Order: sequence, then C-alpha cells, then structure tokens
Amino acid sequence: MSQQSVLYDAPGPRAKRVTLIASAVIAVLVAAGAYFLVYRPLDEQGQFDMELWGPLIDPSNEVFSQVWKLLGQGFQATLTAAALAIVSSLVVGTALAVLRVQLKATMKRRFVHHSRPTAIALRTLTLVLNGITRFCVEVFRGLPVVITIFFVASALPDLGVDLGRILWYLVIGLTLYNGVVIAEILRSGMEGLPGGQREAAEAIGLSSFATIRLILLPQAFRIMLPALISQLIVVLKDTSLGFIISYEEVLKQSQTVILNLENPIQVYALVALIYILVNYALSKLAEYAQRRMSRGRKTGTLRKAKDQPPAALAADLTPPAKL
Amino acid sequence: MSVLVEHFDVFVGGFWLTFQLCVLAAIGALILGTIVAVMRISPVPPLRWIGTAYVTVFRNCPLTIVFFFAAFGLPALGSNADFLRIPGLSSIFSRLGIDLPYFRFAIIALSVYTAAFVCEAIRSGINAVPPGQAEAARAIGLTFSQNLRLVVLPQAWKSAIVPLGSVIIAMIKNSALAGFFGLTGDLSNSAQNLTSAGGEPIIPVFIGIGIGYLIMTVPFGLFLDRVERRRAVAAR
Repeated sequence: MSQQSVLYDAPGPRAKRVTLIASAVIAVLVAAGAYFLVYRPLDEQGQFDMELWGPLIDPSNEVFSQVWKLLGQGFQATLTAAALAIVSSLVVGTALAVLRVQLKATMKRRFVHHSRPTAIALRTLTLVLNGITRFCVEVFRGLPVVITIFFVASALPDLGVDLGRILWYLVIGLTLYNGVVIAEILRSGMEGLPGGQREAAEAIGLSSFATIRLILLPQAFRIMLPALISQLIVVLKDTSLGFIISYEEVLKQSQTVILNLENPIQVYALVALIYILVNYALSKLAEYAQRRMSRGRKTGTLRKAKDQPPAALAADLTPPAKL
Repeated sequence: MSVLVEHFDVFVGGFWLTFQLCVLAAIGALILGTIVAVMRISPVPPLRWIGTAYVTVFRNCPLTIVFFFAAFGLPALGSNADFLRIPGLSSIFSRLGIDLPYFRFAIIALSVYTAAFVCEAIRSGINAVPPGQAEAARAIGLTFSQNLRLVVLPQAWKSAIVPLGSVIIAMIKNSALAGFFGLTGDLSNSAQNLTSAGGEPIIPVFIGIGIGYLIMTVPFGLFLDRVERRRAVAAR
C-alpha cells in the first residue's frame, strides 16, 4: 500500500480490469505509432542498414575502431571542459556568494569607529560593490549561455587576449553563467538558514566574515548539495555548446564521423544515449544526496514524516528541474 | 557604438523573431508538459512509464542534440513540421507559413525539450498540495479526473507558478540556440551575421543582443522573485 497514490483508490476488480484493458490498448497504439510514424519512414530510407550502424556497433567493422577513437577523443574533450568549468564555477560561485553575503552584512554597519570621511567612503564602496555584483548576477543569469560563449570566443581575441586553445573560451563562457548560478544557489542556502545560526556565531564573538566562512557556508553547501549536483548536469549538457565555437568536443567529432560515413541520425542517437545515461546517473546521485540529507536531519524527522508527499507521487520526485 | 544605431532595425527584428519563437514554444511546452505531467500521475501504468521515459530522455539530453534531431531527423521522417501551419496562427506569426521550416523546427525542439521541465514543475506543484485535499475529494466520491481537475490542479497551479516561470526563462535563453541551427534573423543569428560576416565591432553588438535577451528575462525574473516573496510572507 505504500506505493498507493492519494489521487485514486486502491483498484478493485473492475478498476483493475479497466486498467489492464487501457494498458493493452495504449501499448498497441504506441507500438503502432512507433512503427508507422518512425520505423517505417526510417526503414524506407534504409536508416537501419548495417552499412550505417555497423561502424558504430559492430566491432568487426573495419572503421569501428577509428570511429570510436574519434568519439572517445570527443568525450574526453567534453569531460575535460566540463571538469574545468565545474571547478572554476564552484570557485567563482563560492567567492561571489561569500562576497554578496558579506556585503549585505557590511551594509548594516555604521563604521562608528572610523572618522567620518572614511566611514562615508567605506559605505559608498560597499554600496557600489553591492550594486556591481547584483548587476553582474542579473546580467549573466539573464543572458543565454550560447551567446556568452560565442562572444567570449570572439571578443577576447579581438581585445588582444589570446588564450591559445578554444577550450579556455568555452570554460570561461560556462563559468560566467554557472558561477553566477551557483553563487545564487549558495546565497539562498545561506539566507535560508535559521537566524539563530548567525546570531549564535555573532554572540560568541565571530566577525561577520568568520561567521560566513565557518558557520553559514559549510551548512549551505550541505543543504544545497542536490541543487549543486543538478547544476553539474547542466554544465555537462552545456559543454555540447562548444561545437558552436569549434571546440573538439563529442558533437564536433561526431560531425567529422558524419562527414565521412553520412549517418547523422545513427551517430547522434548514440551520442544522445551516452549523454542520457551519464546524466541520469548524476541525477540519481543528486536524489541519493537529497535522501541522505533528509535522513541526516534528526531534529526534523517528526515533522518531515508528516509532511511527506503521497508515496506514489514522491516515489521518483527528482531535485528541482534545471534546464 | 554606432553599430547599435545603424543596425537598429536588425536588433529590433531579431528581438521580435526571438520573441515570437519564445511565445509559440512556451505555448507548445506548456500544453505538452501538462499532458506529460498528467500521464505521469495517471492510474494506467504504461502511461506513467511513457511519461517517465519522456522526462528522463529530454531532461538528460543536451538541447543541442534535440535541435539536431529536429533539424535533421524530422526531414528524415518525411515531415517538414507542416502541422504547425495552423491557418489563424500563421497569419499572426508569419514565419510559420514560410517554406524554410527552421522556425517550425526550432519551435518543436524547444517545446519538446522544455515540456520535460514543465512536467516536473507541475508535478512539484501537485506534490505541494496537502494530501488531505485529494483524500477528501476521493472521500466524497470524485473520480480521478474530477479529483485532478477540480481539486488538485487548481491548487497545484499556485505553487507551480514560480518553478514554471523559471522554466520559461530558461527556455527564452535556450531559444538562442535556434540561430545556430538555421533560423535566420533571430537575435543570436543577427549576432553572428553582424560580427562574423558583417565585420562589425564585437562589444557593441554584444551589448545590443544582450539587451534584447535581458528585456525578456530580467523583468520576468524580478516579477517571479516578487511572487515568491509574497507567497513566503503569506504562508507565514
């Protein structure tokens, strides 16, 4: 019964029969749709010929190893870019989150121990910095990451900054976007903490920076871990945009394969499958992290148990959807 | 900065086309996403499986690949997305009726991809409805569809609106990819044309294009923040 949804009753004999019939009808419809709308048109064009699939799935095919070597290089490049972008966005994001929370704390200060002009200067500086960081967050969060990457790749060489490898433009573009997003995730995590945490830290005499560093940030990381992992999926997916600036990631490599073998549908289907498997595993990891987190909070268990959403609905409730 | 003035019509035209694309794709994604969400919570197991498979596939697949399939896979299936040439609609959105199908492909790719996220947003809204509501509805004898239509969904909308808004904002940003897949004249395609082919200075073009997207995303985001904050206050 634990898997029962509250939306409908436990099925009786009649409902079970109706469900069974409906299931059968739907299965037939889906199969027919798949056959007539997808399989037949593709088959008529010979898209299922071994000539097109062989190089991808048949190890005895003569170009099999070459194709997979190319794709392997592509995946390696994708993972390299993703790893670099993840590390740098985490660093940038953490720094930005700390800066923004610190600025917010500083804005409340009156600087009474300083002379009047210094106090005014310090306050103006805080305000200006706060404005700038806020502006950067809004801008880079609001711009499409494709556009950011495209312009980083064309503007930096234009300004005389030549980084040598296209990889770095992609990493910078991804960092600009994801760093800001991660900063906002961490900031909302820190602001969502119970007020007592900060008050207690201040009561034992920690400065506001020490409070953030020692008390708020570690907890924010913990609470926001599922959201952070889903953001990693976003980074991994977004590295595929590297092909727009001709970075040799897996889609670009696929295009090389396609140019020679003329099998776009097959190659992209395969690449999509691999992406889906990897990202699915990552999203399962995020779910696992979320479950552990809710189990770890012993104080909240009583209330948690009562607030649990209905089992069938919650069974595969994934962390917040990210595009 | 003279580029901004000289090519003002290009920026405005790009903005307008991107805006049209976003409106149509948002409508498509909302309709498709609601259908998938209902499938995912329906009592019929195969429907649930289809819904789950749909969400798993499209949430984990890069949008780039979805665009590839829309632009190369659909013609292979023998479709030019002609079913989008809805008579009334294509007189408002003239690009729908034009023979170059990339506008329609872009709508399909964006809708299909975004629908997976819309589905999850709606489902999270449904999960936020207190179970007692659905139980009470069942207790007075409402069927599954009545329960969903009259009791659960109206309440789910309220808490789904903020996540839905974020999904739509993300979709607006994702629409930039269309310009790299053959859609001529939208904001990101204009960016390429002005800089790579037109040889215009990059920074001013970037500012112009950036403003185009920010006009759509930032006010929407601020509005959502407000809704969220008001809800937080009301819930207290």
